[in-house]
Amino acid sequence: MNAPVLEVKDLVKHYPIRRGGRSVRAVDGVSLSVGPGEVLGLVGESGSGKSTIGRCVLRLTEPTAGSVSLGGRDVTHLSRRALRPLRRDVHMVFQDPYSSLNPRFTVGQIVAEPLRRHGVARGAEAETRVREMLERVGLSADMRTRRPHELSGGQRQRVGLARALVLEPKLVVADEPVSALDVSVQASVLNLIADLQRDMGFSCLFITHDLSVVEFLADRIAVMYLGRIVETGPTEKIFAEPQHPYTQALLSAAPEPDPVRQRERRRVVLGGEVPSPLDPPTGCRFHTRCPIAVDTCRTDEPRLTGVREADRPVACHLVTPSAVPDLTEGN
Amino acid sequence: MSERLMSEHSLLEITGLRVGFDTEEGRVQAVRDVSLRLERGEILALCGESGCGKSVTAMSIPRLLPPETTRLSGSIRLDGRELTDLPESALRAIRGKDVSMVFQEPMTSLNPSFTVGFQIAEVLRRHEGMSRTAARSRAVELLELVGIPAPARRVREYPHQLSGGMRQRVMIAIAVACSPRVLIADEPTTALDVTIQAGVLDVFRDLRDRLGTAIILITHDLGVVADVADRAVVMYAGRAVEEASVTELYARPRHPYTAGLMRALPSAAVTGEDGRRRLTEIPGLVPPPFEDPDECAFHPRCPRAREDCTATRPALEAFGTGHRAACFHPLSTAAGGDA
Repeated sequence: MNAPVLEVKDLVKHYPIRRGGRSVRAVDGVSLSVGPGEVLGLVGESGSGKSTIGRCVLRLTEPTAGSVSLGGRDVTHLSRRALRPLRRDVHMVFQDPYSSLNPRFTVGQIVAEPLRRHGVARGAEAETRVREMLERVGLSADMRTRRPHELSGGQRQRVGLARALVLEPKLVVADEPVSALDVSVQASVLNLIADLQRDMGFSCLFITHDLSVVEFLADRIAVMYLGRIVETGPTEKIFAEPQHPYTQALLSAAPEPDPVRQRERRRVVLGGEVPSPLDPPTGCRFHTRCPIAVDTCRTDEPRLTGVREADRPVACHLVTPSAVPDLTEGN
Repeated sequence: MSERLMSEHSLLEITGLRVGFDTEEGRVQAVRDVSLRLERGEILALCGESGCGKSVTAMSIPRLLPPETTRLSGSIRLDGRELTDLPESALRAIRGKDVSMVFQEPMTSLNPSFTVGFQIAEVLRRHEGMSRTAARSRAVELLELVGIPAPARRVREYPHQLSGGMRQRVMIAIAVACSPRVLIADEPTTALDVTIQAGVLDVFRDLRDRLGTAIILITHDLGVVADVADRAVVMYAGRAVEEASVTELYARPRHPYTAGLMRALPSAAVTGEDGRRRLTEIPGLVPPPFEDPDECAFHPRCPRAREDCTATRPALEAFGTGHRAACFHPLSTAAGGDA
């Protein structure tokens, strides 16, 4: 078994708010790992804490507790200076291709920046690497002299990918990289990410709200709800047989682009609203919206363990070795 | 439909609509000759990607476009009455009453300094001349109609006290307060999470079923179209390129752009010869909105394009009942079926 490229253990990120000494519990005890060459899809709705995890991995945000290890080395408490060489190996791709590129730089300068910063290549050598990288992401080398405002959204996202990959990192954290793109452009960027990932072999923490995107791209999925992972496992298994009631609801809510099938589907309609991360519910955090919650769910917090299969842990009291709840049944 | 009497008209009929905007770089032609009908009690989806003209087409109906820079021509008839030559004062009486709108971002459409009850009541007092108390109690009923729990309490709350999904329901409540004949919803669920989206789409379905409201749903999401729409118009570069009932459109798309959109979805990934899962891309980019040569606007990106596609522009042609597509080389039934 290879050592994981990324290992997050019991990660906690609380944001204190000014009044009342309370805090927003954005991430509240999350453990996950990404193996070499593996794509882990981190899925959840707004406020689930998925982006905060990505930011903690890159230390763009300082975790409150827990640890982040890259290639077996704990980086949670490294100083900025000590962290710098490690930044060669971890890069990020952001959602908004408009605000994540410096408008005053040319495309060539943007892609060359990591090479320059890490003293990897300069001058003619840097230029050669920038040309090669641009071609790899499907942009012509002539793009070097353009500035971000001259590019389309898809082209900008390709520049963002080129910048993230030019140092051939071991890990890429991609936060909703295709969510701002139109379907036709999204398809080509997703194909590109899949191709680059297979060819360059980097590991990827792919953060998204879009289930169809992770189904296409991810080897494994972790589903988040209110700062916690509720279920994780191989992509096909999660889609074929979701065990956690929240995963079932999430999968059933995403409309299928087929009117006949969509209108025959049984949907799980969740009551209520996502509770405030200032004051998450006791017991299972999902119990306030779970249609099948029992008393234990309100008092005892379920642990994320491989109840039925070792490779797909789930945090639900109602999943037992002999039974999995099915919310779509009978409604 | 063909045997309908000449005198019978659809609830809303748009004919030859052209909308351009004067900008410093020249005239941006957002809508180029769009004709469409909306029937009573129908949910019609206007779909297509950014810049295809779907929102501008819909905004033209209540004429919510900057008057100084907008160049609008063509005809928009609501129940037989021409709207394009109405003065602003007459349109104001129509907006919110006969034609109302719901936008993508409920937080920017609601006023943060007033309770939601006040904002609903304001519409009723203005358009229906209701008394303060009558409008207040109607506001509670409307919140209940759009599925807001504890409406009597919620009516006294401010927008910031509500979640995104609840705010969008409030927007819908305001939009349907005067029982409009046409409700235009522009990407109403795009900013919402999927588990919340499902509930909001149910509200639209419910309004149509219970009040008979005709709805124009503007969306880029083919899953949403499949879920709630009766009929769909697909737009590309300012024109309608295909229209059909939703079941027909998904089963047998005729226009290569429609078929391309459906194949580009991540859920439609195919396994290639090398064993890799791939999405079917639509190569190239949308043409710039300044020029409009007499040719099919999609031909540079179209896998079926031939010489005649650049000779002249294809018109919408019928393919069976209610199904029309603007293409010289449409997909055959068989090819569309297994796409």
